[in-house]
This record gives sequence, C-alpha cells and structure tokens, in this order.
Amino acid sequence: MRQEFCRTLLEFSACPEFVFLTGDLGFMALEPLREAMGRRFINAGVAEQNMVGVAAGLSKSGLRPWAYSIAPFLYARPFEQIRNDVCLQNLPVVLVGNGGGYGYGVMGSTHHALEDYGVLLTLPNMRAYIPAFDSDLRCMIQELMTVKHPAYLRLGYSEQPSWLVPGPYAAWRRILPGDGPTVAFVGPLAGAALDAIRESGLNADSWLVSELPIHRPPPEFLSSVRRSGYLLVVEEHVSGGGFGQMLACELLAAGVCPTRFVLRPALGYVSGLYGSQRFHRKECGLDPESIVSELNHAAHS
Amino acid sequence: MHFESGVGHIGGNLSCIDILMTLYHEVLHADDAFVLSKGHAAGAMYVTLWSVGALSDDDLRSFHKDGTRLSGHPPLRGIPEVLFATGSLGHGLSLSCGLALARKLKQEPGHVFCLMSDGEWNEGSNWEALIFLKHHRLDNLTLIVDLNELQGMGPTRDVADFGPLAGKFRAFGLPTVEVDGHDCVSLEAALRRRESEPVAVVANTTKGNGVSFMENRFEWHYLPISEEQYRQAILELSK
Repeated sequence: MRQEFCRTLLEFSACPEFVFLTGDLGFMALEPLREAMGRRFINAGVAEQNMVGVAAGLSKSGLRPWAYSIAPFLYARPFEQIRNDVCLQNLPVVLVGNGGGYGYGVMGSTHHALEDYGVLLTLPNMRAYIPAFDSDLRCMIQELMTVKHPAYLRLGYSEQPSWLVPGPYAAWRRILPGDGPTVAFVGPLAGAALDAIRESGLNADSWLVSELPIHRPPPEFLSSVRRSGYLLVVEEHVSGGGFGQMLACELLAAGVCPTRFVLRPALGYVSGLYGSQRFHRKECGLDPESIVSELNHAAHS
Repeated sequence: MHFESGVGHIGGNLSCIDILMTLYHEVLHADDAFVLSKGHAAGAMYVTLWSVGALSDDDLRSFHKDGTRLSGHPPLRGIPEVLFATGSLGHGLSLSCGLALARKLKQEPGHVFCLMSDGEWNEGSNWEALIFLKHHRLDNLTLIVDLNELQGMGPTRDVADFGPLAGKFRAFGLPTVEVDGHDCVSLEAALRRRESEPVAVVANTTKGNGVSFMENRFEWHYLPISEEQYRQAILELSK
C-alpha cells in the first residue's frame, strides 16, 4: 500500500501548498516523492514531537503538511502535539501512520498500532481514514488534499482478492452482498476474509467501513442487521474506542438491536509470543478461518 | 489583573514583560509572528496587547473570569495576535519552526519570534526543535529565553541543572546574545540582530522583577497576591 500511496502522492507533488514531512522513515518507498518535491519534502529526523509541531506551524501558515512515520511513533509519542497544536487548533494536518494493526508483525509490540484510531478519535475535529485496498487510496488522498480538519491515514498491506471489484470508494461499502449473517470490517484484513467467505458459500452480507468516526450507519446496513438479527464486527484494533463500540452505540440509538452482536477486535499478545501479522491475527481470531468459523456457527445456531 | 482574579504566575510574568513590551513596541512588523511558548505568561502578553490597542480595558478586567476570552494561558481563538494556545511547555519552538519554514517555502517576508522560559528547556521537544531550526538554517527565527533561573519547585539548577543555556546554544552553532532582560535598549538591539543562522537571545531576568518581596523567590511562580501585597507592589512599580 505504501508504494501506491507514494505513486498517488506524486500526482500532487507539484501543488505548492503540499509539504511532506517524515520522521526519517520511508526508505525504499518515498524516494520518488522526495525527488519530486524538493524542498517541500522534509526529513524531520527521529523527532516526532517536533515534526508534528512544525506541521502545525506550516498548516497555520496556509500550507498542507502531511507527517509520516511508523504508526505508533506518529500517534503515541507526539500525542500532546497532536492534541494541542493540531486538533484543538483544528488545523488540516494529515498524519500518515504506516503499519496499522499488527502490520509490522514480528518486529514487535512497539511497532504495532492497535489503539491508533481509537486514541486519536477522542480528540476534537479528528477523522481517521483506513483504506482496505490500494485502490481506495486515490479517493482518500484527493479528499485529504482538501479537508479542513485534522486527519489520520492508517496504511496497511492491501490484500484485495483478484476477483473482487470493490466499486466506487465510499466510507461505507456493501463489499460482498448476501442474504446471510451481517459482517462489517475495518481495514485490509477484509481482503483475505472476503476471499474465505466467498469460498465458504456462507453468503454473508459483508460491509467495509473506511472512515471513522461513524455518524449514523446507512439505512441499507441497518436493514441488513434487522433482517439477519446477527452482526459480526472485525477490526485489527483493540475494542476500546474501536469501530465495534462506535457501531454498538449507533445501533442502539437507531433502535436496531441484533439478537447476536459479536466483536472480533485485536487482543494484544494472547500467547506472549511474536510472529507475522498473520500469526497475531490468528491468535485474536481475526484470520479468515476463524471469521468463517464464527459465521458458520451463526448460520447454524 | 492577577490581584483582581486571584491567580498566580505573576513572577514569570514580571520577568518577561520588558521583553514583550520591547518586542511589540520596537521590533515586530506586520509580517512578523510571535509565539509565546511560556504560556503561563499570558497575563504579560495580554497587557502588552492592551498597550498596543489590541485588547481593551474591559478585556483585561475579564482576565481569568467566567466567560472571558483571556484564559489563564493563551486561548485557541478570539485574539488574532495569539496564534497558538500554549501552556503545556515545549510546544512553542516547534510551532515557530513551522511558521519560519513556511515563510521560506512560500518565499514570504517576516521574522518569527518565540519567547520561552528557562525551566521549559527541561522538555525534550525543545531540543528536537533546536536541532531542526539549526539544520534548516531558519535565519528568520529568533528564540528568546526568559532566564529567570527559577521554575515551579525551585531554582533551575536545583531541579534539573543543565548548565549555562547560552553555551548550549553556541555549541549548536547558533549566534547567541546574552542580554539584560530588563534593559529595553539592549533588548531591542538583540532582537533586531539578524544572522545567516537563527539567533538565540538569552535574556537574564529577575523573577518578580520590580517587586521587592517577589524578586528571585520561586514561590511567586504560583502564588496569588493579597490586597496588602498588591498595594505594596503597585507602590514599588510606580516609582
């Protein structure tokens, strides 16, 4: 996804307001952007607090700064700068966190971003963008180039199945229609899961959500939950502050209460051992097999 | 203001008010920008803004009261001259770097001034910003340190002794001016100094300057002032 991110940003590289800052990360990925942007590509060094403060100052001056790093280095270390200098000021700074969820795999817990959008969305004016597929990036980046509020872009690894045509980008998408149980995904893990759901013949009505916070789910989604009486929410993020909790509140407010509501969030480090993103997903029940198993259980109970 | 509203922070306001007055009355131009990193000196900044006609008597009377624009630390909005809501230390210099860098990228004129406390240099983010402003040669930025040598719980050398700040700035390669922070003529010269690098102005000041019972006493970082103390302070400052 990072390569596609760079390719798409290159199209905006001539925009005189666009400034890209990196916390000394992006090796073998962002070099073309650096070449294209010249002085407006700034390696701010391994100093994320300063980078975000500088971005706020640039934004206050009418420029459009994007600040990039490995996700936890970007939202956790400089949290107060994000709070005070960006969000409270409502400045359109775009924070780009690479490696959402367990994206950095066996690199370990310091590199994982399991509570990123939950934490950031406690702040005023913030909106999170979570692409599932490479093809989502174009629409998101176009929007992020013009937004008037702080934003967080969570990059991962696109796992789009070859057969899947996601259709036009939208914050909510009915990505694989069906008349079985309702399932809602956030982020790239949807790709492999959709592949498994399709093969299983479960006919789950599958939704993909790519922007948070949510304000009133679409009527078609509410109808789906009413019809199936079952909802599975899958996200590579801890339950606290996550999409599942937001959605539960929205469903209650809308008077839509499924008979079964199953949340599959990131659970941290279940065994205390480390491995690939796939390993950690499996430990949390976020892997395609576990998701299909849960949906099977729902379909036959 | 501080007496009427019963709030403290007066010591660090009195140590930097000469810097602020010199800056606003003698140095700042329309294209320039100022960031108060030591946000607890908001009172001194409000008075300075009042002195240049940006705030009214009524504004000052509302300081620290319910419904005021003049919060205890600079507000988010409502006062155009206040660019950023500061108060948590260690933010202003990075913000100032952003303002200065933007002027360079946009090829716009104007100089950026950032007023900091000395205790604020406990914050690691300032050292990040120092590396950045030097590396990017932000020669349109002047950082000013109100060196009153006292912070919240005692003398800076007792709390976290980082040695002479001026020497640190010089070691980073910054042209550094040490100046009497209550001598407005010397201050003006220092603040007007321009080099091919960002300039550091280390202003040697006295916490609680001008009020005998406050001078160089760290407790006036926080203490509110009684009526009797207020009358004596006014008497001394009027001389």
